[in-house]
Amino acid sequence: MQDRIVLSMRGIGKSFPGVRALHNVDFTLREGEIHALMGENGAGKSTLIKVLTGVYTKDAGTISIDSTEISIRSPQDAQKAGISTVYQEITLCPNLTVAENMFIGRENGALVGWRRRYQRAGEILDSLGIPARPRQQLGSCSLAVQQMVAIARAVDMDCKVLILDEPTSSLDDKEVEMLFSLMRDLKSRGVGIIFVTHFLEQVYAVSDRITVLRNGELVGEYEVEHLPQVELVAKMMGKELQGLSDLKRDDSPDDDESTPVYEASALTSTTGIAPFDFTIRQGEVNGFTGLLGSGRSESVRAIFGADRTSSGAIRMDGLTVRNKSPKQAMKHGIGYLPEDRKDDGIIADLSVRENIILAMQVMKGFFHPLSQSQQEAFADEYIKALEIKTASSDTPIKSLSGGNQQKVILARWLLTHPKYLILDEPTRGIDVGTKTEIQRLVRKLAEEGMSVTFISSEIEEMLRTCSRLIVMRDRHIVGELRGTELTQDNVMRTIAGGEQAQ
Amino acid sequence: MMKRSPLKRREPLTDTMLLVTITIAIFFIMYFSAMAIWGGGFLRWQRVFDMLNDNAALIIVACGLTIVMIGGGIDISVGGVIALVVMSCVVHLNAGGSILTAALLAIGIGLAFGVTQGFLISYLEIQPFIITLAGMFFARGMTTIVSVQPQKVAHEGFKALMKTKIEIPWLGYIAKKGNLIPARAEIGVVVALVIVAIVFFMLRKTRLGRGFYAIGGSSSSALMLGVNVKRTRFLSYVISGLLSGIAGFVFMMHTGAGNATNAAGAEMNAIASAIIGGTLLSGGVGNVIGTLFGVLTLSTINAIVTSSGLRDPWWQEITVGAMLCFFILLQSVVLTLRGKGGFKALMPQWLRAGKQKTPSADLT
Amino acid sequence: MKLHSSKARWGRYAQLLVPLLSILLIVVFNLLRDPSFFSVGMSTNNLGNPVLTGNLISILNGASELAIIAMGMTLVTAACGGQDISVGALATIAGSVFVKILRGGEITRVSILVGFLACCVVAMLFGAFNGTLVSVFKIQPMIATLVLFTCGRSVAYWINGGATPTIESPLITAIGSFIPGCPIPTPILIVAVVAIVLGLAFRITTLGLYTQTVGINQRAARLNGINPMAIKLLSFLILGLCCAVAGCISVSRLSLINHETMLLEIEMDAILAVAIGGNALGGGKFKVSGSVLGAYAIQALTTTLYAMKVPSTDVKAYKAIVIILIVVISSPVVKQAMSRLWAKIRDRNPRKEVTA
Repeated sequence: MQDRIVLSMRGIGKSFPGVRALHNVDFTLREGEIHALMGENGAGKSTLIKVLTGVYTKDAGTISIDSTEISIRSPQDAQKAGISTVYQEITLCPNLTVAENMFIGRENGALVGWRRRYQRAGEILDSLGIPARPRQQLGSCSLAVQQMVAIARAVDMDCKVLILDEPTSSLDDKEVEMLFSLMRDLKSRGVGIIFVTHFLEQVYAVSDRITVLRNGELVGEYEVEHLPQVELVAKMMGKELQGLSDLKRDDSPDDDESTPVYEASALTSTTGIAPFDFTIRQGEVNGFTGLLGSGRSESVRAIFGADRTSSGAIRMDGLTVRNKSPKQAMKHGIGYLPEDRKDDGIIADLSVRENIILAMQVMKGFFHPLSQSQQEAFADEYIKALEIKTASSDTPIKSLSGGNQQKVILARWLLTHPKYLILDEPTRGIDVGTKTEIQRLVRKLAEEGMSVTFISSEIEEMLRTCSRLIVMRDRHIVGELRGTELTQDNVMRTIAGGEQAQ
Repeated sequence: MMKRSPLKRREPLTDTMLLVTITIAIFFIMYFSAMAIWGGGFLRWQRVFDMLNDNAALIIVACGLTIVMIGGGIDISVGGVIALVVMSCVVHLNAGGSILTAALLAIGIGLAFGVTQGFLISYLEIQPFIITLAGMFFARGMTTIVSVQPQKVAHEGFKALMKTKIEIPWLGYIAKKGNLIPARAEIGVVVALVIVAIVFFMLRKTRLGRGFYAIGGSSSSALMLGVNVKRTRFLSYVISGLLSGIAGFVFMMHTGAGNATNAAGAEMNAIASAIIGGTLLSGGVGNVIGTLFGVLTLSTINAIVTSSGLRDPWWQEITVGAMLCFFILLQSVVLTLRGKGGFKALMPQWLRAGKQKTPSADLT
Repeated sequence: MKLHSSKARWGRYAQLLVPLLSILLIVVFNLLRDPSFFSVGMSTNNLGNPVLTGNLISILNGASELAIIAMGMTLVTAACGGQDISVGALATIAGSVFVKILRGGEITRVSILVGFLACCVVAMLFGAFNGTLVSVFKIQPMIATLVLFTCGRSVAYWINGGATPTIESPLITAIGSFIPGCPIPTPILIVAVVAIVLGLAFRITTLGLYTQTVGINQRAARLNGINPMAIKLLSFLILGLCCAVAGCISVSRLSLINHETMLLEIEMDAILAVAIGGNALGGGKFKVSGSVLGAYAIQALTTTLYAMKVPSTDVKAYKAIVIILIVVISSPVVKQAMSRLWAKIRDRNPRKEVTA
C-alpha cells in the first residue's frame, strides 16, 4: 500500500525556441507521500509542473496516473485526471465567500443549493481543521487560510495528486506550520502531494522524498533521511566548475581602509527583512547569496530605495544621505537592475533606444530632453558595446530575446555611469554565452573603479565574479565570506546552516 | 488540535454588505433629518412613493448597470435605449398596435442591444465603454429617425393603464378637509420592485449571479475556477439590455410621450446611483438593494435641496456631485483601510474584517 | 541595417494608418458623390472681410474644440489608462469664467487676456481635482471624473448666475470667427497654435517619454526615478488647459454661453477621436497627431452626413455604425482571425498553382 505509485512521468522533454527547458526527466509520486521538487531558477521545475497541469504540452515522454497512460492537453484534462494545483498566487476570488470559492465553477444547474453547500463546506473545513468559516469573505482571511481554502477545494474534487507550487513564500512561521499539518493530514488520507518550494527547512520538515532538477535535467530522487542539507544544496547548485575561472581575482579588499562608496547600518524595509549592515568599497564586486526567498533581493531593493525603507542610516562616500526613493538613489549614483525583468525592468512597448536612455534621461531632468540624434548615438554605442542583437534601435524591446532585453537594461544603467551598480539576477533565464559576457563585463567595470553588487542563483557564477559574498537565510544575513573562504563547500554549508565553515 | 472557536460570533460583513450598510444608514439619516427639519411632505408616505414613481425606470436600468458593473464592465447605452424604446412604442401604439405587442417590441429592442453589445464586448474583446458609447449614439440617432417630433400616446387602453394607480390607504394621510388621501403608486413601481427582488435573488442565489461576482472579482481566477467567463460577461450585457427595454416601457407608462431627449443622462444617473449604493466600478462588489437606496438617496438629496431654500437651479446638481464625490472618496478610504487592516479601531467587533480572528489565535 | 532602421522609423507612424484611412475613405466617398464637395471658395462675410468658405474649411473649423480637447485626452488616456468624461463640463466652466470676467467691464484686449488666464487657472484647478482623485486616491478616471461630469455644468450655471449671458464685441467675433483681413477662421489658427505649443512641450521636456513609460509599466517607471503620480496629475492639468482654450473658442463663436448645450457630449467624441487615432484606451504608447486626425475624421463624417441632407439629429446613428466598424476591424480578436484566414488562403494558393 505504502508504495503504490499514483503518478509516473517518464522521459519528459520540453523545448522552447532556443531553450531546452526539460530533457528526459522522470518523476514518480507514490500514494500518501509528500514529494518535494527542488531546483534553482531555470532548473525546470515550473515547466515540469506546467506540463503536468496541461498549461504546456510536452514534446516527449509519457504521463501515467494509476498506471494508465493519460494525455493532458488543458488544465481541465488535468483536473479530470485528478490532478489539482494550488499556486503561489491565490487563484480564488477574494470578493466571494469561502464556500463559494470552494464550489463555484463546479455546480450544474442554474440554482445553487447554498444552504447545503455552506453546510458541506463547513464539514470539509472542519474535517481539515481549516480555521475559516464558510460564510466569511475570502479576502478577509489571511493568505495562509486562503491557500488552505484552495487546497480544500482541490480535496473536495477528489484529487489523487495535489501540487503545491511554492505555497509558503508569503506565509509566516505559524501559518507555514498550519499548512504543514494540513499536508500531513491529507497525506494520511492517501493523497500524493508534490511540494515545490525553495525553503530547505520546510522540505526537511514535511517531505518524504526529494527530486532534484538542474538545468532541465533530472539530478536524482532521494529519500529525505539519506540526503543531508549540504548535499541537497550541492545537487541543486551543481558542483562541477566550468573552465571559466579566469575571471576570479585575488585582490581581496580585506584590509582596505578607504571610505566605502556605500555604507548602510541597520537598514530594513517594509518587506520584513531583518535589519542589516552593509558596506561596499570602490572597485569591489560583492554578492548577496542565499536561496530564492532568502531576502537577497529585498536587501538590494532596500539599498536602492525601491521598497519603502523603515529604518537605517546611509552614508555615501562618508557623507550621511537620505535615500527614500529610487530617484534619490540614482542621484547618489546608484543603479539597480531588478530581478523581475518583465514587471520591473523593461518598458515593453517602447523601443530599444528609449529603454536604453530612460534612466539617463531621468537623471538629466524633465526639462532637458536628449535630442533624437543624441539618443541614437547613445543607443547605437551601447548596442555595439554590449552586442545587443536587435533589428534597429527603434525595435520595440518586447520583440527581443530575454538575454538581449537584459543587456538593454544593463546598458540603461551603464549609461548613467553609476558609482555603485546593483545587479539582481542579471543572468537569469539567458543563454550561456550572454551569461559569460555579463560576468566579464562586471569584472571589467570593477577594474575601472565601479562598485558592483551581484546576485545570482548559480553559485559558481557568484564565486567567479565576486570577491566577497554575503550569505542570507530566512531574511537574515548569516555569514560573510571573503578571500580564501570563497569555496563552494563553504558557501553551501553557510546557506544550509548549522555546519558553519570557519 | 485545530478546533474552531466555540463562540458563535456574527459573521463579519463582506465588502458588499459593508458598503450597502453605509449607504442605507446615510439614506435614513438624511431622510429622518429632513423629516425633523422640514417636516411637511417628508412626513408623508406619499413622498416616498413619489420618489419611486418618478424613478421607477431609473431603478430598473440601475439594476442592469449594477449587474454589469459587478461583472467589471460598464454600459452607457441604457439612456439611449430607453429613449428609443419609448419613441418606438409610442409610434407603434399610435399606429394601431396593441399594448402586448408594444411590450414585446420594448423587450425586443432591449434584447437586441444587449445581445449585440454583449457579443462585441465579451467575444470580440472590445472595450465596453466604446461599444456601449456607440450603442448610445445609435439608440439616440435611431430615436430621431423614428420620429423627430415629440409623440403623445393616443392609445386609449394605454392611457387607462397609465392612469391606473395602486392605492394604499393605510399609508395615506388625512388631508386638511378631513378626508383620507391614500398613498398612490404607479404600476411601474411594482414592476421596478419586482425586478429589484428578482435581480437580488438572482445575484445572491444563482450560479450565474455568483458568476458575475466571480468575474468581477478576478476574471483570471474565475477562469481557473471553471467559470465560463465569456458567457457570463455576455449575459451581464444581455440582462442590462433587457432591463433597459423594460425600463423604457415603464418610462412610457410614467410620461406617456416619446421625445428625443427622454431619459437624457439616465446612464450617468444610473451609474451614480449604483456607485452611491456601494457598487464598485472595478467590479466584484455591489448589491441591488444598495442601488435602490442609491436612487432614493439621489432623489432625497434633490428634495432636500429644494426644501432647504436653495432654489437656484444649479444647487441640485452641485449637491449631487458633492455627494457623489463624498461616496467615492469614502469607498476608496474604507476599502483601503480595510485592506490594510488598519480599520479595526474604528469599527465595532462584528463589523471587523475578520482579521482579528487570525488562524494563529484559533490554534492556541 | 540602414534599411531596417528606416523601416522601423516608418513603423512609428503605423498607428496613423487607421485615422488616415478613415479620412481617405470619407474623402473618396465624397468625391464620388459630389466632386465639388471639397472646393474652397472665397466670399465676403457680413463684416466685409474676404473669407474662405467650403466644406473643407467648415470641417477644419468645426473640429477645432474637439481637436484641442482630444490632444489633452490623449495624454490622460496614455498616462492613466482611462478617460476623463468631464471635459465638456470643464470647458463650460472655463467658458463661464471667461464670460463672467468679460462682462465685468469693457471688453478690451487686456480684459480678454485676463479672462483667458483666469479661466486657464480655474480649469487647471478642476483638472487638479480630477487628477488628485485618480493619482492619489487611485480611483478609476471615469468614476473620478463622473463627479465633475454630473455637476460641472451646474457650476458653470452658478458662475454665470443666469441662463445665457452674452458678450458682444468685435474682438470676441475675431476669436470666434475671423480676424479682419485674415481669410482663415481663427479657431483653425488657435488649433495650430495649441498644436505648436504642445509640440514644443514635447521637445523641451521629456513629457512624451515619461507619460508612455508610466502608462506602460508604472512599477518600472518608479524604479527608474519617474514619479507616476506627478505624471498622471500633470496630464490632467494639461487636459484642463486644453479645455480652457476650447471653452473660450466655443464661447467666442456664439458670443454667448449656454451651459446646457455648450460642447455637449464632446467627451464622447474626444474619447472616440483618441481611439480612432490608434491610441490604446488602456494607456501606454500614444500619438497626439493620431487623435487630432481622429477628430478631423469625426468632423468630416458629420459634415458629410449633413451634406447628404441627413437631419442633424440622426447623425449619431450613422456615426455609431462607423465607430463599431472601426473598432471591430481593429480589435485584436478580429485581426487574429483575419491573419489566420489569410494564412490559410496563402497555404492553399500554392497548391492550386501546382495542380494547375
